Amino acid sequence: MPDQSVEDLLRKHAFLDGLDESACSVIGGCAKHVSFDSGAYLLREGAPADELYLILEGRVALQVAVPQKGAVTFQTLSEGEVVGISWLVAPYRWAYDARALEPVRAVAVDAQCLRRECDKDHDFGYALMQRFVPVLIERLQATRFQILDVYGGPP
Amino acid sequence: MPEAARVRSRRRETADTWTLEIEPPDGPWRFVPGQFNMLYVFGVGESAISLSGDPARPERLVHTVRAVGSVSRGITQLRKGAWVGLRGPFGAGWPLEQAAGRDVLIIAGGLGLAPLRPAVYRLLSERRRYGRITLLYGTRSPDDVLFRAELARWLDLPDVDVQVTVDHAIGDWHGHVGVVTTLISRRAFDAGNCVAMICGPEVMMRFAIAGCKEAGLTDESIYLSMERNMKCAVGRCGHCQFGSAFICKDGPVLRYDRVSAILGLREI
Repeated sequence: MPDQSVEDLLRKHAFLDGLDESACSVIGGCAKHVSFDSGAYLLREGAPADELYLILEGRVALQVAVPQKGAVTFQTLSEGEVVGISWLVAPYRWAYDARALEPVRAVAVDAQCLRRECDKDHDFGYALMQRFVPVLIERLQATRFQILDVYGGPP
Repeated sequence: MPEAARVRSRRRETADTWTLEIEPPDGPWRFVPGQFNMLYVFGVGESAISLSGDPARPERLVHTVRAVGSVSRGITQLRKGAWVGLRGPFGAGWPLEQAAGRDVLIIAGGLGLAPLRPAVYRLLSERRRYGRITLLYGTRSPDDVLFRAELARWLDLPDVDVQVTVDHAIGDWHGHVGVVTTLISRRAFDAGNCVAMICGPEVMMRFAIAGCKEAGLTDESIYLSMERNMKCAVGRCGHCQFGSAFICKDGPVLRYDRVSAILGLREI
């Protein structure tokens, strides 16, 4: 889809479903089209959270390096999902690695630019939070579910 | 009384889970997907174990068992030619007739895939009777995936949407990672004309039910297979009573609206 503008891609992205045109334009002003080879890192744990990604195509693994085990994947994300939540809150550093499991195309959004726009226009910021908070809650619930290790005992 | 039956074969599925084929004592034992048998290990005890084989092949009874207690461990240690006590089949099965003409969403967690496998066999053998078929299977890690070869075949079927996910993975697993319930909202099915069949640990089923309802399924279109401590298997002893239902007789497959009020109660 090289002929599509970033704004077109954003308008069609499931994560931003329902967001109005002007908000998509604001995000588009902070965004660019990017691609990653299989095995490339989108995010590295501890690095500044300066760019988040809306996946257009491909699968991304969220991983934490565990001594003696290596990289443990705790979630995979694919088309229509967002990679990177920590840009929302100080100290704006990624809490995990994100690695492409296959060739990935995405829209990269400049996090500093997005934060500035949120500060400038609280309605825009609120609309954006309405999309990020459900993701946070879903991931929190999923984490609880994983911690419970429900498959360890009898069915 | 249990009848003596011979173990025909035993196959390891995962580190602690085995699949046994048992020869019924007096010819084929017909069963409906979702039913269970009582397996008796002589000198140890008896346990309710779901049938996990193909209902079209009643000449062999297939059970997939995880070794978690003395009886289930005893069952998994039975070798080819060993005797086992057999009663059954018992209970109500999956609503395959009610699902005819509708989409079918199957959600399995861990060993919960075993009681659902007979339903999948039936759905696939009568593929034209059903709408879209979606199978979502979640388990702990890649090493804990049951029925690997079969899942690989199902993944290649063009008219069935099969998604396998694990809670966490190390190494070269390139499938989904994340809890099975997160897959529900991303699949294509007509929630207004869909039947969901769910089996797995109770906590997982509660999450799965919430996901189904969020996707638009009604309480009346969700079925789950319940596990309780079954003893007599015919609704007399009361060990498996769950509210007004006896899981062994009225279940193990129950429609969600029948148990929704008490499913989350700590006292039950």
